[in-house]
Amino acid sequence: MRKEILITGLGGQGIVLAGQVLGMAACLADHLETSFTQSYGPEARGGACSAQLIISDKPIHYPYVREADILVCMSQGGYEKYRPMLKDEGTLIIDQDMVRSGEAVPGDVFSVPATRMAEELGRKMMANIVMLGFVTSVTSAVSLEGMLSSVADSVPKGTEKTNIAAFNKGYDLGQAMLKARMKKAAARH
Amino acid sequence: MEPAVLTGEHFLNGDVACAEGALAAGCRFFAGYPITPATEIAEHMSKRLPQVGGVFIQMEDEISAMAAILGASCAGAKSMTATSGPGFSLMMENIGLGITMETPCVLVNVQRAGPSTGLPTLGAQGDMMQARWGSHGHYEIIALAPASPQEIFYQTITAFNLSETYRLPVLIMADEIVGHLSERVIIPDSSKIKLRSRPRPKGRKDRFLPYRPGANGVAPMAHAGEGYMVHFTGLTHDEKGYPVMTAEAQAEMVDRITGKIRKNLDRIIQVERYRLEDAEVALISYGISTRSSLAAVDEAREQGIKAGLLRLLTVWPFPEDMVRELAKRVKGLITVELNLGQIHLEVQRCAEGRAPVVLVGHAGGSVITPEEIVEKIKEQVG
Repeated sequence: MRKEILITGLGGQGIVLAGQVLGMAACLADHLETSFTQSYGPEARGGACSAQLIISDKPIHYPYVREADILVCMSQGGYEKYRPMLKDEGTLIIDQDMVRSGEAVPGDVFSVPATRMAEELGRKMMANIVMLGFVTSVTSAVSLEGMLSSVADSVPKGTEKTNIAAFNKGYDLGQAMLKARMKKAAARH
Repeated sequence: MEPAVLTGEHFLNGDVACAEGALAAGCRFFAGYPITPATEIAEHMSKRLPQVGGVFIQMEDEISAMAAILGASCAGAKSMTATSGPGFSLMMENIGLGITMETPCVLVNVQRAGPSTGLPTLGAQGDMMQARWGSHGHYEIIALAPASPQEIFYQTITAFNLSETYRLPVLIMADEIVGHLSERVIIPDSSKIKLRSRPRPKGRKDRFLPYRPGANGVAPMAHAGEGYMVHFTGLTHDEKGYPVMTAEAQAEMVDRITGKIRKNLDRIIQVERYRLEDAEVALISYGISTRSSLAAVDEAREQGIKAGLLRLLTVWPFPEDMVRELAKRVKGLITVELNLGQIHLEVQRCAEGRAPVVLVGHAGGSVITPEEIVEKIKEQVG
């Protein structure tokens, strides 16, 4: 088993934290080999930023993504820069209000209103956590239990409840989308 | 008080793992000036040291940071600082002071791309020759190069042990990628961690000679304020520690402080050999570049090419004999490093023309890919 995951966005969106949470879950809860690298610019907010994760049941030598199984885009710039790195059969997840993809839908593209959902929950900053819920839901990269404890351990003290609620929103949306897809597929047969 | 050794399984970046390694090694004094990409070390030490009864000081610059850890060590503490390129340059003069005063301490350089301010958030391995020769005069230094958070944890402990055993500043030459890479770090039980301490004086305090060496060439170290007669100076000095301005005293002192390293190379140098037994092409690499090299060796082997890797855990002193031996039995050597050829020069020197030596490297800012290395391996056997 080996999964390469790329999360991209802008500084300030919590991209690096999202990578950290995923990495913690894969490493400490799912007991897999996990390498998490990040790249960011010198500016505190607004610069292009990415988190790269390799999750594997074997030792990881080269710690960077070469062909992504999962690409999560929370900014247009991130989408344009990293889209070519996604495998043909890879999963693309975009924040639909941040990225204009022009992808041939349906494919394996998931459009998620993560930022809008976080705004509705009262904190736009939690878009990354909504997105993590969605990723957990539609991919088999990490376990749900691992992610729940990892989110709770990683967010600022006192915000655990609201963050878990945001995570669950994303998770539920993912489950609903998967169900809808399955129905569609069944109807086609 | 919190425990100093956080026994258990963690998911840490290299910077934090380094700080935890220092605490596990008994470091109780950190002075530094924050700089990307080493800031997390200072940040973590500022939180953790007060929890274990230690002292953290944010200094006005890197010159004073290096001075402060020398002073703390002279007073008996295990001490450390951490920086990156620009700060490393400022520390050079006081590294020499530490060499001459024979003051144990650890300096971490989380390398970023230079020269000058360079690329603050992007990695390189461009300070390797500066680590060797950056301070003036002729001296020996010990420098380690970690390739993962787990390794930097252990190497930080090793760095303290070597600095205590041989009484000198020991360098950890990490890089931005290892510093900001998060992976599993297993911290063992403190009873499983072997710690070394500087040799200490015995006998009459008024007869003590602070620079009279013991059997391994290292003198016992008295701490300031203990009542021993001590004199610390950067001037060339005799066994009393008093300045002596002659060529003879210079020869004696410099021969001794270089000799204590040169005579113990077997105890100091650590390497790892990966698939080297039957290798026709040998990679020589260290730090983050070994990660790409390991992947390249596996990929070359899958294509039927006998490649191997000599992974340098200790870069200085350079493992001259091992490279010499390797050059005798392979068709080609490839140095892999994130600069335009620094350790490469050492590899060339030690190969003595017995095997061709080529470089895979660039000026920094991104990691070397396994593909680039595999290409070069193919050229070597082609």
